[in-house]
Amino acid sequence: MVNAWTVASMVAVVAGVVGFFTVLRGSAFAAHAIPNGSFAGAAGASLIGVGTLFGLGVFSLGGALTIGLLGRRGRHDVATALALVMMLALGALFLSFSVEYASEVYSLLFGEVLGISPNDLAPTAILGTLCILAVAVLYRPLMLSSVLPEVGEARGISSFRMEMLFLAVLALATTMTVPVVGTLLIFSLMIGAPAAARSFTDRPLLAMGLSVAVALLIVWIAIAASYETNYPVGFFVGTASAVSYTIGRLWAAVRSRRRAQPSLT
Amino acid sequence: MSADGASVSSDVLAVQGVSVRLSGRTILDRVSFEIAPGEFTGLIGSNGAGKTTLFRVILGLQAASAGRVLVEGRKHGRRHRLIGYVPQKFLLDPDVPLRARDLVGLGIDAHRLGVPVPSRTRRALVEQMLHAVDADRFADARVGKLSGGEQQRILIAHALIAKPRLLLLDEPLANLDLGNAQEVVTLLARVAREQQVAVLISAHEINPLLPVMDRIVYLAAGRAVSGTTEEVVRADVLSELYGRHVDVLDVHGRVLIVAGAGEDTDLTGHEGAFPGAGIPG
Amino acid sequence: MSNFLSPIFASGFFESEAVHIALAVGALVAIVSGVVGVFTVVRGQSFAGEAFGDLGTTGGAGAYLAGVGTLWGFVIGNLVAAGAMEAIGVQRARGRDLATGIVLGAGIGLAALFLYLYTSEHSTTGATVTILFGSVFAISSATIPLILLLSAVVLAITLTLYRPLLLSSVSAEMASARGIPVRLVGALHLVALALAAALAAITIGTILSTALLVGPAASALRLTRRPLTALLTAAGIGIGAMWLGIVLAYDSYYWPPHGTVWPVSFFVVTLVFVTYLLSGIPEARRRRGTDRNPSATSAAQPVTPS
Repeated sequence: MVNAWTVASMVAVVAGVVGFFTVLRGSAFAAHAIPNGSFAGAAGASLIGVGTLFGLGVFSLGGALTIGLLGRRGRHDVATALALVMMLALGALFLSFSVEYASEVYSLLFGEVLGISPNDLAPTAILGTLCILAVAVLYRPLMLSSVLPEVGEARGISSFRMEMLFLAVLALATTMTVPVVGTLLIFSLMIGAPAAARSFTDRPLLAMGLSVAVALLIVWIAIAASYETNYPVGFFVGTASAVSYTIGRLWAAVRSRRRAQPSLT
Repeated sequence: MSADGASVSSDVLAVQGVSVRLSGRTILDRVSFEIAPGEFTGLIGSNGAGKTTLFRVILGLQAASAGRVLVEGRKHGRRHRLIGYVPQKFLLDPDVPLRARDLVGLGIDAHRLGVPVPSRTRRALVEQMLHAVDADRFADARVGKLSGGEQQRILIAHALIAKPRLLLLDEPLANLDLGNAQEVVTLLARVAREQQVAVLISAHEINPLLPVMDRIVYLAAGRAVSGTTEEVVRADVLSELYGRHVDVLDVHGRVLIVAGAGEDTDLTGHEGAFPGAGIPG
Repeated sequence: MSNFLSPIFASGFFESEAVHIALAVGALVAIVSGVVGVFTVVRGQSFAGEAFGDLGTTGGAGAYLAGVGTLWGFVIGNLVAAGAMEAIGVQRARGRDLATGIVLGAGIGLAALFLYLYTSEHSTTGATVTILFGSVFAISSATIPLILLLSAVVLAITLTLYRPLLLSSVSAEMASARGIPVRLVGALHLVALALAAALAAITIGTILSTALLVGPAASALRLTRRPLTALLTAAGIGIGAMWLGIVLAYDSYYWPPHGTVWPVSFFVVTLVFVTYLLSGIPEARRRRGTDRNPSATSAAQPVTPS
């Protein structure tokens, strides 16, 4: 049980930090697409008996690279959409060969926190630390490039390089978070928390910290609730993320209405 | 200074015979001019004349098919610190969690890796720059919630705080009415003087810049003429540049550039095609 | 005759009733998907498949729990999604991307719950797989009337609105100028898409249904510009992928690993994907041809802003 809490907390921290930039850059597509691709990787890994994290990692990075190289052109392209569905179908195929087809599908898609083995603790921690470190190091150029790409280019910060680096970090984050939250729900966690946080503060670092705090809250509530009711963690994550997002939007609306009034003087 | 095209090494910027050809079209044709330290230069040209392309070449984002650009006497390299840039389109998403002062602060060291360490010097620098552009009032507001003009001032501060030698602004007056345009120009001229920065600003309206320009680079269909306003804004020079007859009228100190007599005497019809025709109707 | 065919069609193929149903339903669904898909791709709404995949899953899982037929679940889930998309506005702005994703996430979470409840109540584990990846061999003959009805509705909407839909998909402004109620036409198309997605979901599953909706249509549009030809081509490609997929899936019983059948949806998706890639060849060849003989381009007016 302690295992579950530790791993889930690490997942929340990474989701909060990486999610902050995902929302800033509007990388909703990548955040959706990379987990899809990694589904096939995890399925394939379990088939050939290799660790799931390895399969997840390889396919996530591969997917990230492809998305980055295809560039803006590949975003809502039919080809990309089809390629992603192809990955899902491949995953379905791999899983169909295994005996526990159904339950594996379920846990890969919707997450499975209570079954995390102690073996996974170390690799998850390492991947998580790498993600955080990468974000810390890239913080400034990534901030500028995300908010004002042209100005960044003029200063020698290549938008393309930043995009590739960010996608790589997103791939790493996906790899370590998917086993807990599932491929279908990782997007919610990565988006809901930062989107809520940015409504409460104007300062970037504070927003990032708040994003981590909200993510932790979401994950802890989800685990506790799941433990109590036996309902799947993914359900609580999806709901809690939606609730946080809504609270954030409501607060933002209240805030702007409050600000609008004084200016009438 | 620009007669023989030889660059004085104290020139902040020297554009020498720059041509750019893309997919068979000549966008820039042997453009040459220099900017001395602290000079305020206007790059005047209508849409399609090649202004943004020229900026991209200067910034090193676009390769020239011929010619070269020297920044403080040297070719590429450390140009990034020496030139500050304010792009034309920059409207920020109102949800982005950055205060105005955060964005200005980012101007100091955005290219440095790692997280900025808060320090008193940094804070003082940011305060100073915010004050220089008259932005103290909204320094703590979320950048995306500011008006276009206010955001523009923040971007100017962001560019200036890195102490560049040249400030490049791409059509900063494009969507402003004449009153606001004048305000921005006055602010720019003042700040540039205070910070001792040369300014190169592109526009398709010549009149707001007339009071402050030291030199003008007039771009038409990829070709350029540079010099002082008296030297360049003349019927004979512009007619030669455009390859058709052009008249230059002085209306109470404002300039009106009009297509020649005969075929097209229609003023409004050529607004934009002949920059400077700033009086509508 | 049977000796010739037996290496291709594993034994019992033509006799099995499940196969008959699969072939018939599969073909019908492929036609419907292809037709609606062409308009969907032209309108740039391929992403809508995402929403139907996710919310359809919720609907399907709810249907299992409620003891209702899955197709009903898909239909209701998708109609809700269509309504939401119409309300939010089908244009994608950054903020709406996030909002959509959050709503879908909540929907998926709900689906997880429904599936869990169902599975623990009934101690069978197949629901997740069936909903997500489809089960064209398990379609009961009782569902066929509903399938026929829905297909008829979709085709009726699309073919009746054929011309206004075509014009408004190409240019909304031009369509309004002619008095076409663009918003209404768009909404009706979205409903048709929702129903088609539900049909595709019972054959190849919710999250894979996009492939059938968008793939053949996109391939057809690359091969021909004429709308009617595109519709027929899309339907044809869909039928081909579906039937071949069914045959291969049936045969795969005898492939390694023995005793399990490879998922039909896998074959269908792969075939659709490969077809799409192949459909790019004629265009690529054409482009390479013109590169060798570049026509002189006039350097006349600069068209774009500097």
